[in-house]
Amino acid sequence: MLVEGIKSRPVYKGLVLQPYARRHLFVLEGEGANALLDQADQLDETILSRSEVLYVARGSQGQGHDEALRRLGADMFFTAPTIATLLFRLKVSLSNAHMGTRLYIAGTEGFIGQAMTVALDLGMADAAILTEHRGSLARRVQCVHCKGMTEDVTQSPFACSHCGLPLLVRDHYSRRLGAFQGVNIDAEEPGSAPEPEELFL
Amino acid sequence: MSLAFKQETFRDDFTYRNSPENIRRFPFPFDRDEYMYSVNMEPHVKGRAGTVYENLIDVDEHYVSEMRDRALVLKEDPLRYQALPHMMSAQWDTLELLMEQQAAGYPEHFTLIRNGDQWRWINRPLGIDDTFTFGDAATLPYEPLEYISRQTQGDICIVDQRDGNLWMDAGMVTTQADWSLDFDIGMNFMEWHGPVPLAHQIGVFERALKFLLNLQLGKPVRRFNWTMTINPRLDTSPENYPKWGPDRTTVTPENVGEKVHLRVELQTLWRLPRSNAILFVIRCYLMNMEELVSVPKWARRFPRVLKTLPPELVDYKGLTRYRQTTIDWLSTHDDGAPTSPGFWPD
Ligand code: HEM
Repeated sequence: MLVEGIKSRPVYKGLVLQPYARRHLFVLEGEGANALLDQADQLDETILSRSEVLYVARGSQGQGHDEALRRLGADMFFTAPTIATLLFRLKVSLSNAHMGTRLYIAGTEGFIGQAMTVALDLGMADAAILTEHRGSLARRVQCVHCKGMTEDVTQSPFACSHCGLPLLVRDHYSRRLGAFQGVNIDAEEPGSAPEPEELFL
Repeated sequence: MSLAFKQETFRDDFTYRNSPENIRRFPFPFDRDEYMYSVNMEPHVKGRAGTVYENLIDVDEHYVSEMRDRALVLKEDPLRYQALPHMMSAQWDTLELLMEQQAAGYPEHFTLIRNGDQWRWINRPLGIDDTFTFGDAATLPYEPLEYISRQTQGDICIVDQRDGNLWMDAGMVTTQADWSLDFDIGMNFMEWHGPVPLAHQIGVFERALKFLLNLQLGKPVRRFNWTMTINPRLDTSPENYPKWGPDRTTVTPENVGEKVHLRVELQTLWRLPRSNAILFVIRCYLMNMEELVSVPKWARRFPRVLKTLPPELVDYKGLTRYRQTTIDWLSTHDDGAPTSPGFWPD
């Protein structure tokens, strides 16, 4: 149960532009903005005229990227006040999307997971989605016991924000849930949980 | 031969036991004195009477009580049954296969009468007599997979085949060795096997997947998996780990024989006709150490397997706390004589 180094961890291959796509949908969170800004020189007129950029800042990190992103001059640009708002907009954009749309997601793992879930639920093919991890290593974790999600987990073990059990953060990852699995670390001997370690900063 | 179904429990007072006849037919999974992961698959064909291969879907004396335990699990946690929407055709394939196999193997207990798409299913041990329209889910009290898996021993997964991979897109999982359908549903073969140690590195999963992608209709295959469980508990889910985890600290030299169980999964894999999905049946058998040592060959072999088990497997299977106590107890039943090759009792 408590094995380390699990193989279902997703691999984020980076936002490699697909120049022949009919539409480019960039979904960026916090430092994820840099995944696009770093390759601004490759964005020609054609690509920009087919691009939609959705962006949400993340706490103090990634502030100010909205201006830089706006200056790129994409066909459409939207700054969302919260992740939930951004995901709602993403749903609408994807529902209206044509075949040949490429989705580019960049930000923390928890954000990538949530945006992926929206896309997969709408029937988007895996192959049409590109992802890049930027910013904090914090994880989104589902408690396997109460099923509650805890966002921005940087420590293991940590107390489930719903049922309070001390959870070991496994590397086992569900793309459908966009979350890592949290398992009660001291189930066999309640009270024996080790001190938390900052593992995902 | 008509089965005498036991009334017993897999929780609280744990009254589950095997009859002497059932011990003789227990699917002991070790054909030698050591164990390591391998691509251990063979054709699933009928075998001798008095073994679990007598029929392709095995029903035994625990049937009625296991079905009661499954119903209890589902009442507490309905997410143990899930099916993604595109799996409906595979659900009907599964219902057909499990009804046909159980009716063929145990005509005194199960009867399937087909009249075009009007089907009548009689399950005498559970007192069920239902008529429904094959293909019309509204004529059954549950979705087809949930309906038939509430009447079939063993956990069930249906995996969809697409993009050169297998996807866990439906299942009924209430007797599992510590994995969660709710977490794993929608994953592919490599992802859901992510937590397994060593096997990825030695290429087991790559070869197993290749083999399964070519599984043929009418040619099911089988393999064993095994672990150990404290108390005869079927529901060792991660969801309920806080309930059963503490059991692992309760093993003493005095209670090893009763408390420690070998848990064997006889897994069968079947290509389904309409959906081209694969049905994966994980049939769980439990036997305590007292029962195990009643067969001398197993009493010699099992402690030797435990002694030489790779540490990664000891850890993954969760045996760490009670392995040594169990080996010590079992070793008093091992006279050191050589064991004969193969699974069967001598
Ligand atoms: C398509 C059918 C199959 C399904 C649905 C399935 C499912 C699973 C699941 C859910 C686990 C638990 C992983 C965890 O710890 O979370 C597991 C373990 C495992 N599976 Fe499979 N599996 C399948 C086929 C196979 C095949 C064909 C092999 C052949 C080599 C295999 C080998 C293993 C092994 C070695 C383990 C570790 C078991 C242990 O040590 O207790 N599986 N499988």
